[in-house]
Amino acid sequence: MYLNEAPELSVNNLVVRYGDGCSDCQESLEKNRCKVCGTVWAVNGISFDVYPGEVLGIVGESGSGKTTLMRSLYFDFIPTSGNAALRGYKGGQANIWEASAAEQRMIKNVIMGMVYQNPVLGLRMDYSAASNIAEKIIAAGSRDAGQMTGRAKELLEAVEIPTSRMVEPPKNFSGGMQQRVQISKALANNPALLLLDEVTTGLDLSVQAKVLDLIRKIKARYGISILLVSHDLAVIRMLADRTIVMLDGKIVESGLTDQILEDPQHAFTQQLVHSLI
Amino acid sequence: MEILSISNLSKNFYLHNPGLEIKSCQNINLALEKGEFIGIVGLSGSGKSTILKCINRSYLPMQGEIIYDSEAFGKINLSTATEREILYLRCHEIGYVSQFLNVMPRTTAKEHVMNALVDIGIDAKAAEIDANEMLVYFRLPETLWGIYPATFSGGERLRLNLAHAMVKKPRLLMLDEPTASLDNKTKLLVRDMLVKLKDTNTSMIGIFHDIEFMDGVCDRVFNLSEGRFVS
Ligand SMILES: Nc1ncnc2c1ncn2[C@@H]1O[C@H](COP(=O)(O)OP(=O)(O)O)[C@@H](O)[C@H]1O
Ligand SMILES: Nc1ncnc2c1ncn2[C@@H]1O[C@H](COP(=O)(O)OP(=O)(O)O)[C@@H](O)[C@H]1O
Ligand SMILES: [Mg+2]
Ligand SMILES: [Mg+2]
Ligand SMILES: [Zn+2]
Repeated sequence: MYLNEAPELSVNNLVVRYGDGCSDCQESLEKNRCKVCGTVWAVNGISFDVYPGEVLGIVGESGSGKTTLMRSLYFDFIPTSGNAALRGYKGGQANIWEASAAEQRMIKNVIMGMVYQNPVLGLRMDYSAASNIAEKIIAAGSRDAGQMTGRAKELLEAVEIPTSRMVEPPKNFSGGMQQRVQISKALANNPALLLLDEVTTGLDLSVQAKVLDLIRKIKARYGISILLVSHDLAVIRMLADRTIVMLDGKIVESGLTDQILEDPQHAFTQQLVHSLI
Repeated sequence: MEILSISNLSKNFYLHNPGLEIKSCQNINLALEKGEFIGIVGLSGSGKSTILKCINRSYLPMQGEIIYDSEAFGKINLSTATEREILYLRCHEIGYVSQFLNVMPRTTAKEHVMNALVDIGIDAKAAEIDANEMLVYFRLPETLWGIYPATFSGGERLRLNLAHAMVKKPRLLMLDEPTASLDNKTKLLVRDMLVKLKDTNTSMIGIFHDIEFMDGVCDRVFNLSEGRFVS
């Protein structure tokens, strides 16, 4: 049954630091920074699982390491230590950060899709919306141009970008439209895991509603696992099944989303939740 | 046959700032038979909602067992079950209804009920048929089906919430003051619906404001005072 399934993604003891570190680091941290050597421990030993079809929310104040975690998973950089296994890569038995360059490209383009908080990181602003999607499809190994155009059209329609604007570059689009092009690009190869970093941050409320609705539909329709980073607890409440709370590069609490919001245990989570009421 | 058996359940809340322990329900014992409807009454703040939220695991129980006889898992302790087991049960076996709306933006009343099924993998056509049936059953006027429920009256919201919970055909249904803030006529309507639900053999625990309301609906009524049952 569904509960016996292996995790889609399993992250173990992930550490990302900026700086060389020193022997006193872990005893000398002020928030995430070592007072002795100045090294920043952006992600400091976190472990979690994401199950098939599940939305895992990640909340935490700015600087707690959420983006660093997401970008490590997407191979934007290789972490200091730790491992991550994907069900779709060697049956979950291998560390993705030890994969060959070719394997990492395959994982990134076939198994995962990423939506960056800043669309500039996820899109080529001067290429057309359709070419942005085609690029992702080509990266996964397809060469069939006709099929690509059809797929781009289908994906952009799914995120409500009018066909008439497919040929326009995203730099012409509003922030909400750019996020939706990023989402359709991320979905291009039917990924098993979608990484969403603050996708609704900075969007108007009505546009936000559109993007949230889209994410809910994606989850229901494709059964994709989603890692959803947001500092907006309303977004987390609406979409996440379970939620982890990060502070200074560590996970301080995790649980069912409504339990985290209604009965938070950790002082930091209580402060986060109560500051909204 | 008991579907739910709670023993020695207690829950306190520790607030780090200002460093305060708030006591809620204390040493609760309760057994619900299959198909039974238990009512809980008590003053505001006596811990009624806490009991239901512990069963639903919206609150983490501090002490005690909540043994639920699940179709999928057999007897399972809800205070220690894994998060994924709880999620599964919320999708397939246990429902929770309050007077409050909890809808996605840009979602109509009918879509809201349909989504309860679509979100657990049922296809939209089948979901629509069941959603229609529930909306009719709970007598939400058809003119409201295509509207965003934010503007609904208390009674309309409640009927929508009931339809949303019942469309998944839960075996155990919790009702947290569903009749609060409803006028008398609507209360009677809700009462009728709950009587009808009982006939479907759904096991229910409900919190109600007015004892008269429960007469002839609930099989047994418990009175909570300062976190404990009193007779
Ligand atoms: N290139 C970098 N060099 C040094 N420190 C960095 C670098 N990138 C991020 N950081 C630091 O890492 C920490 C985590 O940042 P980030 O992952 O962006 O947090 P979040 O997304 O939760 O706001 C912050 O303290 C940030 O200043
Ligand atoms: N999430 C919570 N955090 C802190 N205290 C709570 C929380 N929920 C309930 N309480 C406290 O627990 C006690 C019982 O509350 P509740 O179960 O809501 O009572 P009732 O439903 O009978 O009105 C009250 O003192 C209330 O303030
Ligand atoms: Mg960030
Ligand atoms: Mg209450
Ligand atoms: Zn150091």
